[in-house]
Amino acid sequence: MKLAHWMYAGPAHIGTLRVASSFRNVHAIMHAPLGDDHFNVMRSMLERERDFTPVTASVVDRHVLARGSRDKVVSNISRKGEEQRPDLIVLTPTCTSSILQEDLQNFVDRASLYSESDVILADVNHYRVNELQASDKTLEQIVRHYLDRARKEDIFNRSLTDAPSANIIGILTSGFHNQHDCRELKRLPGELGVSINQIIPEGEFLKNLKDLPRAWFNTVPYREMGLMAATLLEKEYGMPYISTPPIGISNTADFITQVGKLVNLWAPVLLEKKFNYDLYVENQTKFVSQAAWFSKSIDCQNLAGKEAAVSGDATHAASITKILAGEMGIRVSCSGTYCKHDVGRFNEQVQGLCDEVLITEDHTEVGDTIARIEPSAIFGTQMERHIGKRIDIPCGVISSPVHIQNFPLGYRPFLGYEGTNQISDLIYNSFNLGMEDHLSDVFGGHDTKGINTKSLSIDNKNIDWAPEAESELKKIPGFVRGKIKKNTEFFAKQNNILEITVDVMYAAKERSNS
Amino acid sequence: MKTTETLTFECETGNYHTFCPISCVAWLYQKIEDSFFLVVGTKTCGYFLQNALGVTIFAEPRYAMAELEEGDISAQLNDQKELEKICLQIRDDRNPSVIIWIGTCTTEIVKMDLEGIAPKLEKQIGIPIVVARANGLDYAFTQGEDTALAAMAHRCPEYRQCETNRSKWGETGLIEIHTSNTKYPFPESQLTKSNLVLFGSLPSSVASQLNSELKHQCISVSGWLPSQKYNELPGLGEGVYVCGVNPFLSRTATTLMRRRKCQLVGAPFPIGPDGTRAWIEKICSVFNKKPDGLEARERRIWKNIEDYIQVIKGKSVFFMGDNLLEISIARFLIRCGMIVYEIGIPYMDRRYQAAELLLLQHTCERMKTPIPRIVEKPDNYGQVQRMQELKPHLAITGMAHANPLEARNIDTKWSVEFTFAQIHGSSNARDILELVTRPLRREGGFTSGSRSLSKQSTEG
Repeated sequence: MKLAHWMYAGPAHIGTLRVASSFRNVHAIMHAPLGDDHFNVMRSMLERERDFTPVTASVVDRHVLARGSRDKVVSNISRKGEEQRPDLIVLTPTCTSSILQEDLQNFVDRASLYSESDVILADVNHYRVNELQASDKTLEQIVRHYLDRARKEDIFNRSLTDAPSANIIGILTSGFHNQHDCRELKRLPGELGVSINQIIPEGEFLKNLKDLPRAWFNTVPYREMGLMAATLLEKEYGMPYISTPPIGISNTADFITQVGKLVNLWAPVLLEKKFNYDLYVENQTKFVSQAAWFSKSIDCQNLAGKEAAVSGDATHAASITKILAGEMGIRVSCSGTYCKHDVGRFNEQVQGLCDEVLITEDHTEVGDTIARIEPSAIFGTQMERHIGKRIDIPCGVISSPVHIQNFPLGYRPFLGYEGTNQISDLIYNSFNLGMEDHLSDVFGGHDTKGINTKSLSIDNKNIDWAPEAESELKKIPGFVRGKIKKNTEFFAKQNNILEITVDVMYAAKERSNS
Repeated sequence: MKTTETLTFECETGNYHTFCPISCVAWLYQKIEDSFFLVVGTKTCGYFLQNALGVTIFAEPRYAMAELEEGDISAQLNDQKELEKICLQIRDDRNPSVIIWIGTCTTEIVKMDLEGIAPKLEKQIGIPIVVARANGLDYAFTQGEDTALAAMAHRCPEYRQCETNRSKWGETGLIEIHTSNTKYPFPESQLTKSNLVLFGSLPSSVASQLNSELKHQCISVSGWLPSQKYNELPGLGEGVYVCGVNPFLSRTATTLMRRRKCQLVGAPFPIGPDGTRAWIEKICSVFNKKPDGLEARERRIWKNIEDYIQVIKGKSVFFMGDNLLEISIARFLIRCGMIVYEIGIPYMDRRYQAAELLLLQHTCERMKTPIPRIVEKPDNYGQVQRMQELKPHLAITGMAHANPLEARNIDTKWSVEFTFAQIHGSSNARDILELVTRPLRREGGFTSGSRSLSKQSTEG
């Protein structure tokens, strides 16, 4: 048992439901007690979805505990099959149902005798994997199921498409800016002369899955989701894949280089020509994306050397760290992720770009670290946004867990060249604007803030500030005030001083300068 | 629609959407100021709470999860030791006056003996531990509060003891408080020492509104379950009258009658001016008081909400059902002139709600409208089909269905808002109508009269 208030990644069944409800005409039936269908609320509210979420529950109640749920599950499956005629029904276990240890596979086998829809059981362990891992697993399971069947039925066309083409794997419902990223990701290969074969799972019909292997290669924009399916396709169908997220200028260039390599594997043979993207990358970097110019412009000088903390899922946290440190000259004091299952790769990505790496699923640890570092800005999830609010540090949201604000109506991709523009705006606007901040401090302008006494870490409260010291503290510009206050208190504590006077402040300053 | 003279109840498949009953911690932790709620459950419960409660999760709330891991499920870890560790941590960080364990589906299925462990740990750590089984196997949404209050009823002090305390210092003290703000035109001596305890968690301002409504009839309320502080729980016992303020408190009512020997006042619930008046009248009749000025007061309230009534009069409404407030709100809306097609409700305790059901029947007769069908454990899929036929002006529904119905040109109101808004007492009647009329007052704008905005129906 552990005491928990908040979690970054949801339980496994959420991942399964996200995949199932992203495909077209797939219905998920949860084997769950009443009230566990909160996924429907989230999808309907966060994404402002207009259609009924294709998820129902086969309710586990006292009667089920007494009698077993086979008849109920089987009849619910066949009933849903008749009502809505989905192509596939995914029976989704939950943590409650998995401790009942009923043979759900057996229910599925029985139900598929009666039902015209295909029926499968989502194969995830609720106590070992989280939402992200489960979505990865479920997508692989569905892809495998339909490819195996196509192979058996021999309706399978393995010839490559005439023109270069790619599959995009891992765009799904309730993902952080996924819809906008998807649009950007469709456009980018198009400009490279690569057409999109399929996008899964979002909006795809299952009957089309058999054509997945016709693409020349796969792209997996987010490492949390889709890698397993891509690996499957590589192993069994020899399809190479790109798992570099095209987030930021250098990552996008890297992505395009890899596309070039993969396209040129076949293009000289099939099309008798080679593709060269160097000029495209240069033009896009110079003219379409404003990010490169922006980080060179005088505005960005003000950001040089400012400190930031980054936290989020592995894909976004690593990419944003790269952008901050590598492209904008901002010092990343701490970069971290809650994706414990992808630590090796994350460390490799952020190595040399930040002072410390924090791998944790515990938001209090993240909060304490941020409070200790006191960066000028935070880039994190909704949780970090609230941590920032409490200690008065601005925060840009760069990763799920999501909130309704992360489903903007306007076009806000994080990927590709348009994505670099969006991210530059986000980063720039998160820091207090350079001159504005400076001037208001110099002239005492609209600086009505009191001294920031809020801190996430509980420190020694026995230290008093003499009134004149406090007013002296108020004269110090806002953005360093917290730090000076903390240094002074630290100094006082070290020297057993109980009241901080102006003299103590100066002494502390001298000490920290030496 | 066919007209029926008597109430009929239907029961469907129970495939409906509602909140998990553990959501009761959201309002109970705010109500009981010195409490700490510990939900013993899995990641699923935690994820639900953090999403359903939204922003409160960021404000260091006085609730948390004891998250069960694989070792707990397979009994490799000792439940008592694990809970002890967590409760000590809570005691050291927050020092609450009471810890309330919320049992969940998982603790039910693995048969974790929370009731057995609690007294042992209570002795060990020196903080009372109350156990409420608010799980989705047995209950829906607001019934979570019912389980918590039923558990807490056992912790209320014995009435006799309380009375001797009061005779020492209470009597004069109480009266002084009353006279200090002399709003009431009657001498304090006329205030009946009624031994009336009201049960149901309400925001403190609403609770004091109801207190003062009763005080107008010279009846003083001796306490509330729950109280603002755990240590101020009311005295219970033989000779104490209890009356519920919410329709979902049937377990609490049963516990108060059977285990604490209290006498239940079965009344309609104080929702809407009609309900509030009937509620007060019933309490008055128990204490042999002649209701004073109630009729005029009710008339005043109706006049006051006339503008809203004009908006909804003659319009139809469909309750999908998820929080057990449905009967009372439907009864009030019928009295306002609306036509109710269907009242979905998770669970219907016909004995506890008897007076409310009777008032519903009378209201229908009075307004000359057919009695709506009452559907227990509804089936949401079937309901949506029925709604597409009936085309009600308004659907009162959960958040899972609201946007899809709006896209199909059915105006909706989230049912959860009725749980969190202040709807009790005659002065809050306006607030109920404010909620109900909001979707109807919104000028049609772009979509009015146009085709459905659902993606599915344009494709098909």
